[in-house]
Amino acid sequence: MSKDLTIPGDLLSGDVRLAGEGTYIEDEKVYASVCGVVDRGEKIRVVPLTGKYMPCSGDVVVGKIIDVRFSSWTVDINSPYEARLHISEYPKRINPGETNQHLGIGELIIAKVTGVDAAMRVDLTMRDGGKAIRSGRLIEISHTKIPRAIGRGGSMINLIKNETNCDIFVSQNGRIWINGREDMVTLAADALLKIEQEAHTFGLTDTIREFIENAKRDRK
Amino acid sequence: MKGKPEKLIVKGKRLDGRKLDELRPVKIEVGVLKRADGSCYLEIGKNKVMAAVYGPREVHPRHVQEATRAIVRYRYNMASFSVEDRKRPGPDRRSVEISKVSRESFEPMVIKECFPKAAVDIFVEILQADAGTRTAGINAASLALADAGIPMRGLVSSCAAGKVDGQIILDPMKEEDNYGEADMPIAMVAPDNITLLQMDGHFTKDEFKQAFELAKKGCAQIYEMQRQALIAKYGAEGKR
Repeated sequence: MSKDLTIPGDLLSGDVRLAGEGTYIEDEKVYASVCGVVDRGEKIRVVPLTGKYMPCSGDVVVGKIIDVRFSSWTVDINSPYEARLHISEYPKRINPGETNQHLGIGELIIAKVTGVDAAMRVDLTMRDGGKAIRSGRLIEISHTKIPRAIGRGGSMINLIKNETNCDIFVSQNGRIWINGREDMVTLAADALLKIEQEAHTFGLTDTIREFIENAKRDRK
Repeated sequence: MKGKPEKLIVKGKRLDGRKLDELRPVKIEVGVLKRADGSCYLEIGKNKVMAAVYGPREVHPRHVQEATRAIVRYRYNMASFSVEDRKRPGPDRRSVEISKVSRESFEPMVIKECFPKAAVDIFVEILQADAGTRTAGINAASLALADAGIPMRGLVSSCAAGKVDGQIILDPMKEEDNYGEADMPIAMVAPDNITLLQMDGHFTKDEFKQAFELAKKGCAQIYEMQRQALIAKYGAEGKR
C-alpha cells in the first residue's frame, strides 16, 4: 500500500502556511479533504484521484456550444459550471446579433479560460490559439488522468502521435481531440482509453507502445 | 413473523452468537456504479444498501440554489422488497425523517464553499433491511462522497447501540431492535464530532453514557473498515 495515499480527514502537517489544494485547516493543523496522493513540494497539496473538473484561469479546454445568445455563447466545459464566450473573444471581429453565423449549438471549440470568479462564472477566450473543431474525433477521459495521457515531458502523447500519425490535442478538462486517418484515429482513441483504464500501472508507455504495434500488425 | 424469543441474550452471547460489543460482519465495495460520480455498496449483517452520489452539479429547481455554497440533498429510500411484508413504495413519514437527519449528519462535514451554486445529491437505496439501515446508509454514503471526490472534513461513520434484557449492546439486529428496550444510532467524524444522535426507548443516565461510549467504539471500528475500502479502491492508483 502506498504511504502517500490519503483519505479525507488525514492529518498532513502542523504548519498552516503549507496548506495547498485538496486540504483544509482546522485547529492550526492541515488535513486532507479529498482522496488522493500527497505532494509535499513547496506547499502540501493532495492531487485528487477522482472528482469533477474545476475550471482554473489559464486552462486550455475543449468546449461544446450549448446556447447561442445575442452577444455571447454558452459553453459546456465538462464541469459543473457553464462557461461564457463573449463575441469580443472570438478570433474574428463580429457584430452583436451575428453569433449564430459563426458558432452553432453542438459545435466544439478549443478555448482558454481567462477568469473564474467567486460565483463560478467562467469566461473563455478564443483569441490566443483558440479555434473551432470541425473534423476528427473527440474522446473524453477523467481529467485526473490527463497528466498520465501526456506523460513526462510529453513522452506518452508524442509516442501516440508518432505511431498513428494523428494530430492529438489534449485539454485540461479531460477531452481529447484526435484528427487523422480514420483507422489511425480509432487506434489512438483505443490507446488513450487504455491509458485511462491502466493509469496506475508501471511502465505504461511501454505497454502502450506494444499495444499500438500489435494492433498495427493485426491490421496488416 | 416469529414471536418474541424468551431471551435475547443467553450466557453473554446474542441470538446470532455475537458478543455484546461486537459488530455484525461488514462487506464494503466502493465505486460499483459506472454512471454515478461516486458509489458504494455496503452490507452489515443482513442489511444491504447501495449509495450513489451525483455532483457537484447544476441545481434544479433553480430557486433552491445558494450563491456562495453547494447544497446537499439526501434521499433515503427503502425498496419495496427490503422487508418481510412488502413495503408500500415511495417516501413516507419515516423515510423523510431519516433523509433529513442523515443529510444533517453530512452537511457540517462536506466543504460546501468549494462549489457555489451547485448541488451534491446523495441517494441511498435500502435493498435489504435488518435494523440499522440509517447507519448503514450513512456509512455507504460517506464512502460514495469520497469516491465522487467531494471535499470533506473527514469520513462520517455511523453505528447504533441498544439495550436488550437490561444490557447495553452494540449494533442491534432486527430481533433486538423489535423486542429490545432502547436503540440509539449515532454518526460521527473522528475524534469527537457527533453529527447524528437519536434515541428510541429508555436509558438511565448511566446507561446512556455507557451506550454512547459503546456506539463511539463501534464507529471507530467502522471507520477503519471504511478506510480500508477506500485504500483498496485507490491504493493501486496512488502507488505510481
